[in-house]
Amino acid sequence: MNRELTCIVCPMGCRLTVELDGKEVVSVSGNTCKRGEVYAKSECTNPVRVITTTVRTKNGKILPVKTDKPVPKELMADCMKVINGLCPDCNGEFSMGKIICENILDTGANIVVAGK
Amino acid sequence: MRNAELVIIGGGPAGMCAAVSAYNAGARDILVIERDSDLGGILRQCIHNGFGLHRFKEELTGPEYAYKCETELKKFPIDVWCNTIVTDISKDKIITAMSSERGVEKIQAKAIILAMGCRERPRGALNIPGTRPAGIFSAGTAQKYVNMMGYMPGKNVVILGSGDIGLIMARRMTLEGAKVHAVCEVMPYSGGLARNIEQCLNDFDIPLYLSHTVTDIHGTDRIEGVTVSQVDEKMQPIKGTEMYIECDTLLLSVGLIPENELSKSAGLTLDSITRGCRVDQSRQTEIEGVFACGNVLHVHDLADFVSEEGEVAGESAAKYILGKTNTVKCNINVTTDGKVRYSVPQKITDTSEDIKLYYRVSQVFDNVTVFAEADGEIIVKQKKVKVVPGEMQYIVIKKDTLKKDAKELKIYIDKA
Repeated sequence: MNRELTCIVCPMGCRLTVELDGKEVVSVSGNTCKRGEVYAKSECTNPVRVITTTVRTKNGKILPVKTDKPVPKELMADCMKVINGLCPDCNGEFSMGKIICENILDTGANIVVAGK
Repeated sequence: MRNAELVIIGGGPAGMCAAVSAYNAGARDILVIERDSDLGGILRQCIHNGFGLHRFKEELTGPEYAYKCETELKKFPIDVWCNTIVTDISKDKIITAMSSERGVEKIQAKAIILAMGCRERPRGALNIPGTRPAGIFSAGTAQKYVNMMGYMPGKNVVILGSGDIGLIMARRMTLEGAKVHAVCEVMPYSGGLARNIEQCLNDFDIPLYLSHTVTDIHGTDRIEGVTVSQVDEKMQPIKGTEMYIECDTLLLSVGLIPENELSKSAGLTLDSITRGCRVDQSRQTEIEGVFACGNVLHVHDLADFVSEEGEVAGESAAKYILGKTNTVKCNINVTTDGKVRYSVPQKITDTSEDIKLYYRVSQVFDNVTVFAEADGEIIVKQKKVKVVPGEMQYIVIKKDTLKKDAKELKIYIDKA
């Protein structure tokens, strides 16, 4: 069975064709770089996404945050619930990359500050 | 009146990168004027990732990208005025700026870089029939509400236009708990990146209706719904295809327009297609010493390319200030065939360095060759499997391949 995908690794958006034997990836074609193959394999076995969103800090500021690595796609909605419950207070000091929630939902990903 | 060697109007990625590049090329007395409270421009509200893959070789969010540019800028003694709006530029490079802190102030600049970015096409530009209720936002306004102010504009959303901002907002509103019922695109293809169709719509099962547009808006105080119709090849609504979608919010992602009021006040004429100034390869406009870069010049897809163009303009401005600019060596007009919609720069005045010509096509083309032809002689050929209007392309004219006495450089598309 073949599966058609659009690569989301970079803005080129290569059209990928993944040859599947059940759930096993047999081959990937259409990619123009190595990352496309990695993406295709992950997408067909364990699709993951980086979440970017905001939190409201204790002093009322809106702060951009993100997962520092991709999390399973099906956990995105649950992660959003956890993130929207966060209300970090670092005495107004939020440095870029600071972890405000560790290992969200056991995904191994941390929620980190991604803006000023 | 204060003097400055270089005044950069706009502190987004174009302006910040232009400032750093101008400093590195020898300019000193540099002033960046930004109307918002902080540097970063529109990147500040673009909290999604995908920025910086070209420039920083990593995937950054908009604010992270802006922060990197700002950190670089702050290494140098470059003046930055935030909360300051420029209201006028005169032909002789006198800038009128206004802020609550300083009042109205005039600055005589030796060189100016225009880096004001672009703004969204509003509802008024679309002629959508129907009522005028609340709940209709441009996608970027909604983005600012959600990402910077923490307000949700609504719960049941229809998005008109499938440009990247519309797609990004479809995902953003969904993540924050809204239901996005449809994204409608009047063209038979999306104006956004393929990756955004995938990760912003397909991931959340949001339907994309191509060749569809909003033909009526319902509701009195607040929008209650829209009528969506299919359109034919001439983009006319087809009778009998109407469908009613209930919604409390309509987001418009229907194109960006370079913000050139100041350029016009300086007497510059605008290119009818890009709606930005006409520039040469150094990004110098028709007025000597006035340069333009980034989305104010032509709307880019990637911040990386905006930064790159900022650097070109910054270096050119520094050379101009230091009197290192070569006198005009040639005067070659860059033209396109319509299939290639436009190219930037529009003029070439120096062929002694490689020239990167950016262009955009007018429709989707498969398996074509893009040609650069100087006075009838083909000098560059570029094969393309697929080109789409939503993705800016470029072609490199190697130094010295263009004869100095050439009159016209034509960029066009033909079958492979």
